[in-house]
Amino acid sequence: MMSKILEVKDLHVSFKTYKGEVKAVRGVDFHLNKGETIAIVGESGCGKSVTSQTIMRLIPNPPGVIKQGEIIFEGTDLTKASEKQMEKIRGSEISMIFQDPMTSLNPTLTIGTQIMEGLIKHQKLDKKTAREKAIEMLRLVGIPSPESRLDQYPHQFSGGMRQRAMIAIALACQPKVLIADEPTTALDVTIQAQIIDLMKALQEKTGTSIILITHDLGVVADIADRVVVMYAGKVVESGKLEEIFYQPKHPYTWGLLGSMPRLDLSRDQELLPIMGTPPNLLDPPQGCPFAARCQHAMSICTQEMPELDEVSSTHQVACWLQHPMAPEVKPPTAAVGGK
Amino acid sequence: MSKNKEVILSVKELKKHFDVGGGQIVKAVDGVSFDIYRGETLGLVGESGCGKSTIGRTLIRLYNPTSGSVTFKGVNVNDLKGPELKKFNREMQMIFQDPYASLNPRMNVLDIIAEGIDIHGLATGEERRKRVVELLETVGLNADHAERFPHEFSGGQRQRIGIARALAVEPDFIIADEPISALDVSIQAQVVNLMRRLQKEKGLTYLFIAHDLSMVKYISDRVGVMYLGSMVELAESDALYDEPLHPYTEALLSAVPIPDPEVAKTRERIILEGDVPSPINPPSGCRFRTRCPKAMDICATAVPEWKEAKPNHFVACHLYNE
Amino acid sequence: MEKAKNLSPDLFKPAQIEKKEQDALSRKSVGYWQDVWGRFRSNLGAVLGLSLIVLTLLLAIFGPLANNYDWQTQMLDVANKESFSDHYFGTDHLGRDMWQRVWYGAKISLTIAFLAAFLDVVIGVTFGGISGYFGGRVDMVMQRILEVMYSIPNLIVIILMLLIFDPGIVPVAIAMAITGWVPMARVVRAQVMKLKSQEYVLAARTLGASHARILLKHLIPNVMGPIIIAVTFAIPSAIFFEAFLAFIGLGIRPPEASLGVLINDASTYLQIFPYQLIYPSVVLSIIILSFNLLGDGLRDALDPRMRK
Repeated sequence: MMSKILEVKDLHVSFKTYKGEVKAVRGVDFHLNKGETIAIVGESGCGKSVTSQTIMRLIPNPPGVIKQGEIIFEGTDLTKASEKQMEKIRGSEISMIFQDPMTSLNPTLTIGTQIMEGLIKHQKLDKKTAREKAIEMLRLVGIPSPESRLDQYPHQFSGGMRQRAMIAIALACQPKVLIADEPTTALDVTIQAQIIDLMKALQEKTGTSIILITHDLGVVADIADRVVVMYAGKVVESGKLEEIFYQPKHPYTWGLLGSMPRLDLSRDQELLPIMGTPPNLLDPPQGCPFAARCQHAMSICTQEMPELDEVSSTHQVACWLQHPMAPEVKPPTAAVGGK
Repeated sequence: MSKNKEVILSVKELKKHFDVGGGQIVKAVDGVSFDIYRGETLGLVGESGCGKSTIGRTLIRLYNPTSGSVTFKGVNVNDLKGPELKKFNREMQMIFQDPYASLNPRMNVLDIIAEGIDIHGLATGEERRKRVVELLETVGLNADHAERFPHEFSGGQRQRIGIARALAVEPDFIIADEPISALDVSIQAQVVNLMRRLQKEKGLTYLFIAHDLSMVKYISDRVGVMYLGSMVELAESDALYDEPLHPYTEALLSAVPIPDPEVAKTRERIILEGDVPSPINPPSGCRFRTRCPKAMDICATAVPEWKEAKPNHFVACHLYNE
Repeated sequence: MEKAKNLSPDLFKPAQIEKKEQDALSRKSVGYWQDVWGRFRSNLGAVLGLSLIVLTLLLAIFGPLANNYDWQTQMLDVANKESFSDHYFGTDHLGRDMWQRVWYGAKISLTIAFLAAFLDVVIGVTFGGISGYFGGRVDMVMQRILEVMYSIPNLIVIILMLLIFDPGIVPVAIAMAITGWVPMARVVRAQVMKLKSQEYVLAARTLGASHARILLKHLIPNVMGPIIIAVTFAIPSAIFFEAFLAFIGLGIRPPEASLGVLINDASTYLQIFPYQLIYPSVVLSIIILSFNLLGDGLRDALDPRMRK
């Protein structure tokens, strides 16, 4: 049995705007085991990025508020941690890499300074050792001639190199958890493949646990051990990678899988889009948030939110179709492939 | 089969260079030739900076070409003036990438979609509104949406409004410049299905520009692959995906993430080294040689010829010179 | 799941969800300006600024109705009296009612400021819009003209202007606008340059829209935010400048009254009758402060970074 390193329990996060309260995260539960990679997938606005930023406590307050819930990291509840404690944890215990490496690197500091910053602050290294460690980190992430690259500025790096540098910064202090928020979305496919490979190799070497936030199921299939599917601020399905891809239970997961063309999909087959758009989280529906877009919606779906129910010990789904009284519905073939 | 079809658009040795100051010139598009047949979808793929969007914008006259020609229905589009230009503006239309930037935030949907109708004086008053409502219904929206403003819509809905705007002038050729890249996966399928339906109903011809290879394969009859301002391969889409000839196409295909854990774990991937070189000072000879796993001596000295290696399968690579 | 819970089988019948509803929008349509107003309203300083401006405007227009004097009749027998009976602000050294004079002066000052700001907008938006939209050589030439305009000290221009024309409301406003439009043109040019490569402008071009249509329908409406902000900052500086001109004797001249004239008059008697200086100065300060508050609030409310 693997041990949990991070656990999110019943997390609720809201943003206060003059129009009212946007309930971005409305009760999210998941955990991360040591050394594994989980992927949080969902469309934009489903609350996946807010969840990850809340773990780092990077949500600006105001307008963001943690309404309830716990984030347990090695026995401490991060929702109650002071700013001082968080400063110790950020960058050394939990690090984050972002989608856009250009805006998340400081353009006025050299790459070296930015890697060394964390080392000097958290690991109390002196300048010389920090520099050596920084060179080692750049070499580790595959940047050629790291000694000279160290003194260059972000704009002298290409997009892929910047993302590598970001990873070097994030991993410099050997964090236990790495949160990667859409790390490959802004990159071209060939560069994306480089970065995914790098992340896999680094995880093998360092044993870091990774939370990958993405909307790209192709990347998920490549790197994740477990998958958490979020919709409208809630977890609708979670399970092992194979369970989600080969035995998906939630119609939304079906939709996500079915709307992506596979290279083997013939031109005569229609894609299976999810009609409509996600609900407005200013005033979320009382029932299942997906009901309005769901082809199999039943009366109860519009009235009551289903709870997360266990399909197997590792696979959970929140859908009324799982109820014994519900009619049996087969997932469309476009979602689970021809086989 | 495409041999006996009518060529609607023909691009010959098209070059588009941008002067970025300081005596530096970006060769965004550097000698590209291809034909598009009536009623087909030609996909154009490549990584950012390969010049695919520049081609689209040059075809529709947003840019003037540095050299080369674009012939649309037998007429060189850069010679068009006055009423002929107006006619061209109606025949060729464009769908844009960013659903948040492609609709004027200060105009309501009615005025946005009616823009072409107004410019070309196609209808006024009640008739104008009727046409807009018809277009809204064509793209799966309805009359209630006409008085709303763009920011009230989601990305997918906005993209459909952009399509309705293009359709308002009844074009027969549409350039879709990364129309789905900015959308969520589930919404991408809505837009792609809509575009396919419209093509069937109205006999449209598409130039579909994208970096998402799986979507391009799905929607296109033929696909052209671009790298650093030049086209490296062009073939029917199944042929291209089943049997890529150019090493770049091969690498690009193998890098496409596949949403299937089993396949992802077993397949061999070609990981290209390094990054795309700068288009200001591209490598000599074949532009891909600096990253090519199969590069030879000749690649540095001679620019590979654009030739038909197999029937309807064009490639520019020294590997296919006998 | 709570299996124990009694659920009727009816609940598991397919729900009728209309296709139309899938694309339904929130019922209330919120226009852009409503949205701006919503954000503006939640900004205390901005609301205070706006209220003060409205109050000052109302007083400038209707204030004089509060008593039966006028701003220029001299009543030497009651000269230099502090607030008494219905002389709310007292009288000046010629026995003119200060209440009347302050609001009349405020009206003149505001008129000049609004007129100057209006001229700034007309010239600045046209110049900046054309320069930014066409770019290239047109922009080069227009920017050099603008730099020349900007390098002439505005005091010299104004002195020359006022040598030719009598210093009334219109000449003073024109004199200020001659150099005042330059910042406005810069703001508009920068915005237009940024916006002209936006996809909705490209879309209009592919539809065959004329330059005039693109500028008037697509670019200028989207630059309204920065224009409004620039105006709210241009107005107080125009009021301030008018006061300064009057004070050094170049602007509106007695017996005409503007806030600057009143302050200039009163400064002579500062040590004996400070109230004569205080009333117009306070009104002047309130106007300038409230326009600045309004400008800050509008900037926050219109700022695109806040919008999503």
